[in-house]
Amino acid sequence: MEKPRIATCSLAGCFGCHMSFLDIDERFLELIKLVDFDRSPINDIKRFSQRCDIGLVEGGCCNEENVQTLQKFRKNCDVLISVGQCAINGGVPAMRNAIMGGDDPLKDCLEEAYLTCPTSYNPAHEIPNDPALPLLLDIVYPCHEVVKIDYAIPGCPPSADTLWHTLVALVKGEPTDLPYELLKYD
Amino acid sequence: MSKETSAVVKEACQRIGRERHNLLDILLEIQEKLRCVDQEAMQLIGEELSISSVTVEGVVSFYAFLSQEPKGKVIIRLCDDIVDRFAGIEAVAEVLCEEFGIQMGETTEDGKISLEYTPCIGMCDQAPAALVNDVVVTNLDVRSAREMAKNLKKHLNPAKLVKKLGDGNNANKWIKSMVQNNILRRGEVIFNDEGTPEAGLKHALTKTPKEVIKTIQKSYLKGRGGAGFPTGMKWNFARASEGARRYIFCNADEGEPGTFKDRVLLTECPDLMFEGMTIAAYAVGSDSGIVYLRGEYTYLHQFLEKVLAERRKQGLLGENICGKKGFHFDIRIQMGAGSYICGEETSLISSCEGHRGNPKTRPPYPAQEGYLGAPTVVNNVETLCRVPRILEKGAEWFASIGTKESTGTKLLSVSGDCESPGVYEVAWGITVRELLKMVGAEEAAIVVVGGPSGQLIGRTAFERRIAFEDLPTGGSIVVFGIERSVLEIVHYYMEFFIDESCGYCTPCRVGNVLLKKRIEKIMDGLGELEDIAYLKDLSKTVIMTSRCGLGITAPNPILSSLEHFPLVYSAIVKKRHDGLQQGFDIKRALEKSREIAKRRSRIYDRAYGEKPISVENIG
Repeated sequence: MEKPRIATCSLAGCFGCHMSFLDIDERFLELIKLVDFDRSPINDIKRFSQRCDIGLVEGGCCNEENVQTLQKFRKNCDVLISVGQCAINGGVPAMRNAIMGGDDPLKDCLEEAYLTCPTSYNPAHEIPNDPALPLLLDIVYPCHEVVKIDYAIPGCPPSADTLWHTLVALVKGEPTDLPYELLKYD
Repeated sequence: MSKETSAVVKEACQRIGRERHNLLDILLEIQEKLRCVDQEAMQLIGEELSISSVTVEGVVSFYAFLSQEPKGKVIIRLCDDIVDRFAGIEAVAEVLCEEFGIQMGETTEDGKISLEYTPCIGMCDQAPAALVNDVVVTNLDVRSAREMAKNLKKHLNPAKLVKKLGDGNNANKWIKSMVQNNILRRGEVIFNDEGTPEAGLKHALTKTPKEVIKTIQKSYLKGRGGAGFPTGMKWNFARASEGARRYIFCNADEGEPGTFKDRVLLTECPDLMFEGMTIAAYAVGSDSGIVYLRGEYTYLHQFLEKVLAERRKQGLLGENICGKKGFHFDIRIQMGAGSYICGEETSLISSCEGHRGNPKTRPPYPAQEGYLGAPTVVNNVETLCRVPRILEKGAEWFASIGTKESTGTKLLSVSGDCESPGVYEVAWGITVRELLKMVGAEEAAIVVVGGPSGQLIGRTAFERRIAFEDLPTGGSIVVFGIERSVLEIVHYYMEFFIDESCGYCTPCRVGNVLLKKRIEKIMDGLGELEDIAYLKDLSKTVIMTSRCGLGITAPNPILSSLEHFPLVYSAIVKKRHDGLQQGFDIKRALEKSREIAKRRSRIYDRAYGEKPISVENIG
């Protein structure tokens, strides 16, 4: 039987979840016996080569490119999983959603970040607007508000053990029974 | 610091008293005189009462009738209840905006007129209605609204808007209102004219307090505000609780949309209510009572004060009442300031104590530790009006009316799409169909029993009975015809709860907003099967984890409409296969960004002639 295929991506996140994934260390050797990796920063494959069984998404959606990537993942993966708080809730990037007093919160946010903030160094006094930069969304969206998400693995980041156990159980089609330590965060 | 502010604040604090529990009265007076309670005033009040100005601001910002921005000399508050909406309040608003040249929520530049919306003012049977300062204006339409605006521009005197006085005591010289009572069915307990005034009180005073409580317990009288707690048991708890003083509160903060029966009782039977309070005081051992009158009913305030004064004169209040040695009791009226949640008993107590009208954590229950820490009984107007009759005619007589669990009669305020909106006193246990026949609404399609915190039912449930055993209600019955949209009604009620939530606990403050958003998604035709599950699931969470009755009942419109009108939902939700969330609109999400960056999206804005974006050609 063909091995299940996995794809991963990082949207508006910090790559921390991917780093945590790498922390499964030598178990990677075991993992690649169980699965094949398709599009992922881990192997630097940029495009889907074929349909995948599992997609792991780190980060929420803060710009149009994130939305596009996420929609591609939904289109190409049977099971789509939000990994970590940013994918699940928007996380730290979503702090900008709290700017909502004025008429144009997005403009307020950009001006604070690039122009008026006392610690910003910006001699050109311009808000970056290179045509290559993807347009920002009005607010940061968690993944499940953009596409249907099948599962969520919580944590900031989820620990390597959490990711390992969940993934192996999913691939083998067994129920997960994560110990309390792996799901408590205080 | 302005001299006027300082003088008004000092005078108010001096006369009303510099105690914390007088804060709401002080604020109401300052609002009336200065048309606002601004930073300066709050600072001064804080100094006078030895509390921080932020504390004062917390209270000011809580109530709809208090404002930090100056309001006009005349504030026109249009009732924004769903019944008024369907009756055409929006057209009235349009006319007023046009006449005064301002938008809703604004004040004219000369500071004369403010226009606002306000939730149900208890006039659903004569909708659309408005409050012009304290004056109630009913049955508005485009023509009368224009006339009202013209007149106000001329004389700026709301009292002059009343041309034809209402029936009964509405024409009393202390009320002088155009409000109609619309008592359309007189039942056996309250509106029959057989009762002898004060017979209940006189009879009670021949018994011991414990015997009085026993009688009430035997009558199985339950609270008429909606929750239906046994009145005798409440009194018993309060009597048994330790305390140097005990308080009797009358809850006249009738705010459940579609309820107006207390308004009629306050107008026509104030003596009965005060008599009931006096009996409660005797039974519980209290010397002090407070009527918490909703701000919307300020037009009844003076009248009620006169009734109280008359009772004092007759020895029915004050010391040694009716010659009973050692039984002293008096009543004062506390005005509310426009807050639905203050109808919840612990919020009501918070409000009287001069705090924000936030609900308190229970236990301790008010009967144990209520107003200022003393055992407190909070009873609804209608409950108290029944007490004298029970004492006069006996518990057995009372218990023989109605059903086993719901004894006596109930006042129902019926409004909406029916021929005869008004107040009906019926025995508990009447079926919805019988009631609809009585009010001339046999064609009704949707009936809201118990207001938004009750149940929305459809024709399949019209055989159900209005009683605590089946469909309980605090008195609100709103009828809707086939032409009304269930979802629009549900959406309105969610909006109402969001506005009225005190914001203390997250499930209520946030959960209800999420529920409303999901209803909007369904109304927009973007609903999916999962959304129904989401609504049920989140409703359950809000109900389970909210702190007070508001949050616990807020999802009811959603849950009961899902139960009774499942086809409405299933007709509009769709199953989708592309895995995308229909509620997410990328074009809208990018709109601001496009404006700021002054360029189009290279992914989602295809140029003319290019293939439009779909899942098939993303990227």
